[in-house]
Amino acid sequence: MRPDAYAITIILLAATVESGTILLFPIIGEIFTERSGILNLGIEGMMIIGALVGFATAFMTGQIYWAFFMGMLAGGLASLIHAFISITLRGNQVVSGLALSIFGLGVTNFYGQEFVNLQLAHTIPQVIIPGLSQIPFFGPILFKQDYMVYLSYILVIITWFILFKTKAGIQLRAVGQNAQAADAMGVNVYKVRYFWTFFGGLMAGAGGAYLTLNCAPFWLDGITAGRGWVAIALVIFARWNPPYALIGAYLFGAINALQFQLQSMGTTIPSALLSMQPYFLTFILIIVATLLVKAKHIGVPKELGIPYAREEK
Amino acid sequence: MIKNSSKIINLIKVETVEMRGIVKQFPGVLANDHINFDVHVGEVHTLLGENGAGKSTLMKILYGIYHQDEGEIYVNGKLVNIRSPLDAIRLGIGMVHQHFMLVPTLTVAENVALGLPSSRKFLLDLDMVTERIKELVKINGLYVDPEAKVWQLSVGEQQRVEILKVLYRGASLLILDEPTAVLTPQEVEELFHVLRSMIKRGYTIIFISHKLREVLSLSNRITILRDGKVVKTLPAVEATQEKLARLMVGREVLLQVEHPAVKLGKVALALEGIWVQGDEGLHALRGIDLEVHSGEILGIAGVSGNGQSELAEVIAGLRKPTQGKVFIKGINVTNWSPSQLLDYGLSYIPEERMRDGVVQEFNIEENLILKDHIHPPYAKGIFMNFHKIGQESERLIKNFDIRTPSRYTSLKSLSGGNIQKLILARELSRKPSVLVAAQPTRGLDISATEYVHRQLIEQRIKLKTATLLISDDLDEILSLADRIAVIYEGEIMGVVKRNEVSVEELGMMMGGVHKDNIP
Repeated sequence: MRPDAYAITIILLAATVESGTILLFPIIGEIFTERSGILNLGIEGMMIIGALVGFATAFMTGQIYWAFFMGMLAGGLASLIHAFISITLRGNQVVSGLALSIFGLGVTNFYGQEFVNLQLAHTIPQVIIPGLSQIPFFGPILFKQDYMVYLSYILVIITWFILFKTKAGIQLRAVGQNAQAADAMGVNVYKVRYFWTFFGGLMAGAGGAYLTLNCAPFWLDGITAGRGWVAIALVIFARWNPPYALIGAYLFGAINALQFQLQSMGTTIPSALLSMQPYFLTFILIIVATLLVKAKHIGVPKELGIPYAREEK
Repeated sequence: MIKNSSKIINLIKVETVEMRGIVKQFPGVLANDHINFDVHVGEVHTLLGENGAGKSTLMKILYGIYHQDEGEIYVNGKLVNIRSPLDAIRLGIGMVHQHFMLVPTLTVAENVALGLPSSRKFLLDLDMVTERIKELVKINGLYVDPEAKVWQLSVGEQQRVEILKVLYRGASLLILDEPTAVLTPQEVEELFHVLRSMIKRGYTIIFISHKLREVLSLSNRITILRDGKVVKTLPAVEATQEKLARLMVGREVLLQVEHPAVKLGKVALALEGIWVQGDEGLHALRGIDLEVHSGEILGIAGVSGNGQSELAEVIAGLRKPTQGKVFIKGINVTNWSPSQLLDYGLSYIPEERMRDGVVQEFNIEENLILKDHIHPPYAKGIFMNFHKIGQESERLIKNFDIRTPSRYTSLKSLSGGNIQKLILARELSRKPSVLVAAQPTRGLDISATEYVHRQLIEQRIKLKTATLLISDDLDEILSLADRIAVIYEGEIMGVVKRNEVSVEELGMMMGGVHKDNIP
């Protein structure tokens, strides 16, 4: 490999990780929400709320980590609307989720007006991990990133552990597979569902905040550009399992990074066509994933989208 | 005293439970109307009653799933307030539900551990749970592998897991809600054996059932419920099947139907090497060969979930076979559409009557003509002949004894029994040459069941209809069928004449032993 091609590959893959991280947070969040039996189609809305709150906080205070936290919290709070409608009121989860997405886009359009085209002075700083970053090839890709990326690595491991090795995980899986059985065993179905829906919101907010605090440090209407919907599709690709979420997110990130690279190299392919590629990939992934899920019957939480009421005859 | 098991689990002893004046109102139904019920240590007290009599409701109140509107519960003489299953478990009360409360993707040990505090705080302690389960298995004779995933287990094994779950939590009072509904006769015997030995070791059991024979064989005392009220509580030694049936229904009942022999006609329905995929993608039917003659009722016996639903659907044209052929009156009708089959003389009483049998939003008249509304006399060109439809509906309502204020009454206000009568009226008045009746009396009370049975027999005598009767209720098959085919995991284990087979032999076939291999 010629040295410049090698350098470009490294840059591309590092960008892949960055771009994939935006999606990794919400995918993991939604995996847990759906595992509890709640379908939240409001990710796009929660992400963009997180994106604006994060951006605005950073713009006004200059505190980048504080901004990330606020964006995350905003996503979490937004998810409680969906939780209330689908868990307490037992409403239609599809309608409620769609409404949340539309609400998020609308509300950020309104409150974001004063920030349009403004830029952040500083983005999330790079933190090079000594030692690990020296590993040839992988070092500069994986360990010359920022704290949020490192957080996402840890998150994948921790969430996998929670899901399969802890009491909380077994309760979560039981509630999503057979809520009635879980209830009869003394698991509080409502509490479990509220908690993990809130967690899903936090993660969506984190993804949104990471977008405006690092990858695109400015504000535009609809800046999430459908990433929330892609995340929902990738949950299926991940078969509701955090480690697979990483693969899905980075595949999407790779195509995204590649099309940016091509655009900056001045290709003759129309940019709109290039921007379409990640979404096209999503289609392919979802087809593959659906076939896999169908053939092996794995992962799909049986209670997904079904409200739970104890005293129903 | 409960021996042995006290070493591995903290048993919560229940000496007495007393429920006084329990009232529970659901929208439109008074499910429990001032019920008094008590149970004492070391006895099996049975709650007997028809569907909707309020048995399950009463027990769900005791287990904290529902909360009573009025009335009090005393455990060991103390007034208690049971607000959730967790409260009940803390008092030593456990419930095994009719529909198993298991998470199929988890292992036996994980299912047992669900909702329990772990000795390692937030982490699971499955190895310890597994050890304790093994102990419980040994003491109680409830054989099951703690490390198996629940979806891999047979129905009988799943039930043992349910009982283990309850025992693991230290319950000494077990509520068993219709535990035999899904078992083969042999499995029922095994279960009763286990329960009897548990009683000897100081456990107490509340048994919910509507099967008279089993009730008499297991119980010490029997309480009969009807329409949410207690009719009578009596010791089992004073009861007979006839007496119990009369108390349950409130009048004399014929437990056996007249069943005159009929000369067999030609083969009306034939299946040749039928393979069908189930909803799970696996083969639900694996090479089924069957013949049903005119004037014959062929009963399909088997534990539910062995391909019965798919069998009915493939004949009704609702499911396509991957291999094999279906013949009606000698014509190959494989892959015909349902409407073609209906016109060719097939009638179908579906298992899920509310889903596949009727349109709930329609009134009685509209439901009665669902299948033939495109044909004269109901239709004239593109118009409906409402005069004729009205006449026919009135006739069917009268002939089939559908209890309704009028033919315009919405289906929603009809009882299950009347809805089944409506379906029978529609299906039988079409004068079918082949009738597929899937679980035709499931969920019906004794009177409605009796009525359906009489209609099926009459149809067979008068119209020489070839009837395929699919039922989970072995007693029903034994009282109606001329010949019996036993289905197990999508294969026919044998076809036998009703009067040439014993219940034990049928039970073995239902458990997967081929007829030729029965000693």
